[in-house]
Amino acid sequence: MTATTAASTEAPRRAGPKRHRLGGLRHGAAGPLFVAPFMVLFLLMFLTPLGYAAYLSLFQERLIGGNTFVGLDNYVTALKDPLLREGVLRVAAFFVIQVPLMLLLALGFALALDSGLLRLARVIRLGIFVPYAVPSVVATLMWGYLYGPDFGPFAQLSRKLGLPVPHFLSDGWLLGSLANVVTWEFVGYNMIILYATLRTIPQELYEAAAMDGAGAWRIAWSIKLPALRPALLLTLLFSVIGSFQLFNEPKLLQPIAPDVIDTSYTANLYAYSLAFTGQQVNYSAAVSFLLGMVIVIFSYAVLFTANRRRTS
Amino acid sequence: MTTTTPPATSRAAVTATATGAPRAAHRWRRRSARRRSTPLTIVMLAVLAYFLLPLFWLAMASTKSTQDLFDSFGLWFSHAPQLFENIRETLTHDDGIFLHWLLNTILYSVGSAVGAALLAAAAGYGFAKYRFRGNNAAFSLVLGAVMIPTTALAIPTYLLFAKADLVNTPWAIVLPSLVSPFGLYLMRIYAQDAVPDSILEAARIDGAGELRIFLQIALRLLAPGLVTVVLFTLVATWNNYFLPLIMLNDPRLYPVTVGLSSWASQAVGGGAGANSNMLALVVTGSLISLVPLVVAFLLLQRYWQSGLATGGVKQ
Repeated sequence: MTATTAASTEAPRRAGPKRHRLGGLRHGAAGPLFVAPFMVLFLLMFLTPLGYAAYLSLFQERLIGGNTFVGLDNYVTALKDPLLREGVLRVAAFFVIQVPLMLLLALGFALALDSGLLRLARVIRLGIFVPYAVPSVVATLMWGYLYGPDFGPFAQLSRKLGLPVPHFLSDGWLLGSLANVVTWEFVGYNMIILYATLRTIPQELYEAAAMDGAGAWRIAWSIKLPALRPALLLTLLFSVIGSFQLFNEPKLLQPIAPDVIDTSYTANLYAYSLAFTGQQVNYSAAVSFLLGMVIVIFSYAVLFTANRRRTS
Repeated sequence: MTTTTPPATSRAAVTATATGAPRAAHRWRRRSARRRSTPLTIVMLAVLAYFLLPLFWLAMASTKSTQDLFDSFGLWFSHAPQLFENIRETLTHDDGIFLHWLLNTILYSVGSAVGAALLAAAAGYGFAKYRFRGNNAAFSLVLGAVMIPTTALAIPTYLLFAKADLVNTPWAIVLPSLVSPFGLYLMRIYAQDAVPDSILEAARIDGAGELRIFLQIALRLLAPGLVTVVLFTLVATWNNYFLPLIMLNDPRLYPVTVGLSSWASQAVGGGAGANSNMLALVVTGSLISLVPLVVAFLLLQRYWQSGLATGGVKQ
């Protein structure tokens, strides 16, 4: 994705010979200097740890012989590890349920806000966005208490009405409860990206469409949705990355739902537990690496399907 | 991805959203203002209620003692509201550790945000306005890094920092947060349109050096984009939980997020004796910790909204 992005947006704009001379040949030396501080830190904070993780994943701590090179043994173990498989499948299920729901809601809200049909549009827009500014720790603690069977208002209300108390933190409900927390946190963020994109559509397009007799739905379908494509793809990519890394929310709900959320509830939680409570640093590195690969493969799959659909 | 709108118009639209609304939009708005939809408004108000409900609960809950949290209805005041007492107790509990956490959070997040934004601005400007060997390759490499899961990075970073004696210091939080691939992406796009080549050319003819051009001319033109990156890095660091969780052992260095979660698990575990009022502290602390960011977002709306539009349109 990245290579084509850079190339396709750059090529036409860089084509002018005048700019080429201006930006490049005469002042070329300054460019790398501006870029250098960022790239040095990027090298230290991204590439070095990544390389180190790759290196670690090829070793094993043994009682006899100490640190031993074992090749891809850790990866073979990880691929057969039922705990890891369960964790990955669980976040995959989470992704399949939560992300479409979240993005559809965000899209619907953005279109509603942009339609000009709402009263109090500004208040509604900011209100939906506000959860993004709430730390995920606070969001999760808050929802955890709301879900709670003791003083959560849902439990209080059902008790008052004589209904069975909903068990949001039980085995069957928990993934849904987590999805609700994440949706609450991020719908507004995605909505704002989509809404901001809608606001950049030139008004002449709407006027021309209205002149041609297009109604609100037709305008939404034929002008707004196509214009939202790149932004939707961006939000989808962020969601892929976010879902598969699910950590904060399950980790923070663990104390109040200890029977349901174990140390390998999500793949990321598993990698964390391996490294910090299990002291299995090498195996944990292999697990994180595999998780990273799953994310990259999924991201490319998303981009690939999106691109193919456009060309066909 | 190719852009659907030509650069010139989208740039105009972006600045227009930043400064209010374009004139054409005004006309459009006024025309459509006559027909508002009441059903749609009601639906969206119900949606709004869902998003504000937990915050309302939190505001109510911070006025209660732990006992009242159990005894009174969650979505209204109890008989004896005690918000100020809760705040006082939150700030003074355990020798005022919460204040430490709050100050740490501010220090870590402001330091990271300003640093990350400046680094991203310089690099984005460099990538956008200069042609040099490896320009596109380096930029693509950084963008590709967005997909690397934080755990894949955090655990080896922790081990490397442990070797460099950086674990359990503020640097362990700030250094990794200084690199913002998304910030770079945003600043590069922003610099392409916001800094016209003609101005650079004129400054060069006047004999200004490249660094001076950047500091005195470009940086000013990049300001709206810069605010966006500052704000989003600020949120990312303010809300960061995973990195400080693994990097810090000393409670006095914790940011608010890790501190609150440690209180929360005490509140679940204990419930008697010294911890009896812990739950009220967690709730009040949560409320205090989210106020600054919410206020910042509300005050700086027009900046981040236009900044995000730049990112979304030009993907």
